[in-house]
Amino acid sequence: MKLTGAQILMEVLKEEGVDTIFGFPGGAVIDIYDELMKTDIRHILVRHEQGAVHAADGYARASGKVGVSLVTSGPGATNAVTGIATAYMDSIPLVVITGQVPTPLIGNDAFQEADIVGITRPCTKHNYLVKDIDKLARTIKEAFYIARTGRPGPVLIDIPKNVGSAVFEYKSLGEIRMDSYNPTYKPHKKQLKRVADLIKKAEKPVIFAGGGVILSKAAEELTHLARIGLIPVTTSLMGIGAFPGLDPLCLGMLGMHGTFRANMAVSDSDLLIGIGVRFDDRVTGKIDTFAPDADIVHIDIDPTSIRKNVPVAIPVVGDCKDTLAMINQILDKEKLADLDEKRRPWLDQIQHWKDTKPLAYKQSEVIKPQYVIEKLHEITKGEAIITTEVGQNQMWAAQFYHFAKPNCFITSGGLGTMGFGLPAAIGAQMAFPDQLVVDIAGDGSIQMNIQEMATAVQNKLPVKIVILNNRYLGMVRQWQDLFYDKRYAATDMTHAPDFVKLAEAYGAKGFRATKVEEVEDVLHAGLESSETVIMEFVVEREENVYPMVPAGASITEMLLV
Amino acid sequence: MSENKHVVTMLVDNEPGVLSRIVGLFSGRGFNIESLCVAETIDPLISRITLVTRADMTILEQIEKQLNKLINVIKVRELAKDESVQREMALICVKAAPEHRAEILRIVDIFRCKVVDVASEHYTIEITGDEGKLAAILNLLKPMGIKKIARTGIIALLREPK
Repeated sequence: MKLTGAQILMEVLKEEGVDTIFGFPGGAVIDIYDELMKTDIRHILVRHEQGAVHAADGYARASGKVGVSLVTSGPGATNAVTGIATAYMDSIPLVVITGQVPTPLIGNDAFQEADIVGITRPCTKHNYLVKDIDKLARTIKEAFYIARTGRPGPVLIDIPKNVGSAVFEYKSLGEIRMDSYNPTYKPHKKQLKRVADLIKKAEKPVIFAGGGVILSKAAEELTHLARIGLIPVTTSLMGIGAFPGLDPLCLGMLGMHGTFRANMAVSDSDLLIGIGVRFDDRVTGKIDTFAPDADIVHIDIDPTSIRKNVPVAIPVVGDCKDTLAMINQILDKEKLADLDEKRRPWLDQIQHWKDTKPLAYKQSEVIKPQYVIEKLHEITKGEAIITTEVGQNQMWAAQFYHFAKPNCFITSGGLGTMGFGLPAAIGAQMAFPDQLVVDIAGDGSIQMNIQEMATAVQNKLPVKIVILNNRYLGMVRQWQDLFYDKRYAATDMTHAPDFVKLAEAYGAKGFRATKVEEVEDVLHAGLESSETVIMEFVVEREENVYPMVPAGASITEMLLV
Repeated sequence: MSENKHVVTMLVDNEPGVLSRIVGLFSGRGFNIESLCVAETIDPLISRITLVTRADMTILEQIEKQLNKLINVIKVRELAKDESVQREMALICVKAAPEHRAEILRIVDIFRCKVVDVASEHYTIEITGDEGKLAAILNLLKPMGIKKIARTGIIALLREPK
C-alpha cells in the first residue's frame, strides 16, 4: 500500500510494539505528529527535549522495553543530546527520532538545522540520516534491532521533513537480520568449564554484578549461582537490584561509595567474577591495587569491555543470562556439598567486616538524609521504583534503600546526569501506572529538569519526589570539604524556590519536614496521595557520604563515618 | 609496553559518514592514526580502509574491538609485516639543479621508480615500495632539495597461502 513517510514510521512503530512516545513537536516533525495523533500510541508531551529522552530512558529501564522519543530538528535535537549520552553510557535501549530540514536544504545552515547525526555519533550505538523514503522502513527496523540486541544502547534516526511527507509503497519487513552486526550471545563452553573449575577451587570468591545482569534479565540466574556456589555478591551502581539487597550473601555496592565489606572482600578475594560490568574508575579506584590476588573472570556481551581496564584471566564473551544459565548447569551437575565448610572462614570474615564497619550515620537533632531514605524504605517495604538525581542523594539511595528486585533502581550511573530523576520517574510511571514511583532528589539536581512537574501533573502521574534539601551542591561540597580545605566554591545554593509553593504552582502537592519527628508524617502524607507530590526534607547541610574512597586511592583506603 | 607501529585493515560499508565514525572513534578514545587510506573495493558497496597506528598490545586489542563494534565495519584485522604485502606510493618533487640532474636520474634508475613530471628546475618522481625503500630514496634526495612530497600512506593485503 502507498503510504507517506510519516505513515510508514507509524506502521513500523506499531509493529515494534511501541505504545508510548515521549516528545516535543516542532516544524520539522509536524507531519509525523499529525499521523501520530491518529494512532493508539500514547504521546507524552514533555516541557524540554532532555526530559523526553530521560523519560523514554526511565520507561526503558523500568520495563525492559525500547524507549522511544520524538523531537524536532535543530534545538529539539541538540536538547536531546544529554539524554542520549546518558542512555549511551548506561547501555539503555532507546530509539530517538529527530526531525530534520528537507533534504535539499541540508548543509545550508537552514532554519533549525543541526547536524545531529554528526553531533551524536560518539554518544549513540548507531545513528541514521534517512535521505530516501525507500530506506525509511528498513532503517527504523534496524534502529530497533540494534537498540535492543547485544549491548543495548540508544539509536537515533534523523528524518528530513520531505522524507516524512514523501509517498512510497510499504510492505512489512518482518524480522530483519544485519550482515555486519551480529552480537555473540552464546559463550564458549570451554571457557565456562574453566570458570566452574575456578569456582570450585576458590577459597575467597566474589561475584561483581553490574547493569548487564539487569539488561539481560539474568537476576534469577545470578541468584542461583551465588546460592549454589556460596559466593558473596557485590554490585556496581548499575547492578543494584540484580541481587536481593538484604540477602546474607549481598555485600552491597562496590567502589568509591561502596560498603566497607564489599571493598575489603574484593581486595582480599582470590576469584572475582565480573558479570555485565565494565570495571569503571569509580569502582576500581587505583587500578594497580584492585583485587590484587584475584583471578578475574569477566563475562560481558561487549568484547570491548573485557581487558579495557583490568587484566582478565578468563574472558567470556556472551549474554549474561545465557552464560550464567550454562555455568549453573555445569555446577548443578557436580556435587558442591563440601562448599559449606570450605567457604565458612571467608563468609565469617565478611560477616566480621559487616559487623565492625556497617553503613552508618550519626543521628542528630537535624534531619539526616540517610534517615529519610531508611524511613522511605521501611514505609514502602522496599517495593517502590526509585529513580534518583545525581550526587549525594543518589549515593544515599543506593546505600540505604535495599533493593530486592531488578529494574527498580533507576539512576544515571555512567554519565552522572543531574536532572535525570524526575523525567525518568515520569517514564517509569508510564510503564507501571499502578506502582509507586519515587524520585530521590537533591535541591540542586531537581532544579535541572523541574519543568517536568508540569508533564507529571498534566498526565495525572502520581510521581513522588523526595527532595533532600541541604542548600548545597552536596557532592561537590563534600569534595571541597574533604580535599579543598572547605573552600566551598560555587556550591552554596541557599537561594532556592520554596519547593512546597512550587509544587502547588504546578498543580501538585507539597509537603515539608524540618524536624526529625516530622519525617514519617510527611512521607506518609506524600506517599499516600494519589497526586504528583513534592516532599521536601530540610536536612543536615554538611552531611557527607561515607564510606568514601578518595579519587585515585585504592578501594581499601576508605574514609569512614 | 612499547608502542609499535601496526597496520590495520578493514572492510566497511561504502556510505557517507563511515569514515567519520572511524576517525571519531580514534580521536574520541585517544588512539593514534599515522596514516589512513580509503577506497572502494571490487564491490562498490564496500570500501577497504588501511590505517597505520602506533599502540601497545592492550591498546591495539581495544582498537580492533572498538572498530569491530561499529555497525558499518564488516571485518577488521591487523596485518603483520611477514604475512602481508605492504606498499606505499609517494610523489616527490625534487629540485633538479643542472649539476644534480644526472645523479637524480641514476637514483631513479637504481630504485626502479619513474620521473613523471619534468620542469625547468624540478623533477617529480613517482615511487612505490615499502617504508624502508621510501625512507632510503628520501634520504638520498634530501641533499638536492625536496620541494614537496605527497604520500599515500600504507596499503596492505594479506598474503594468500603459497
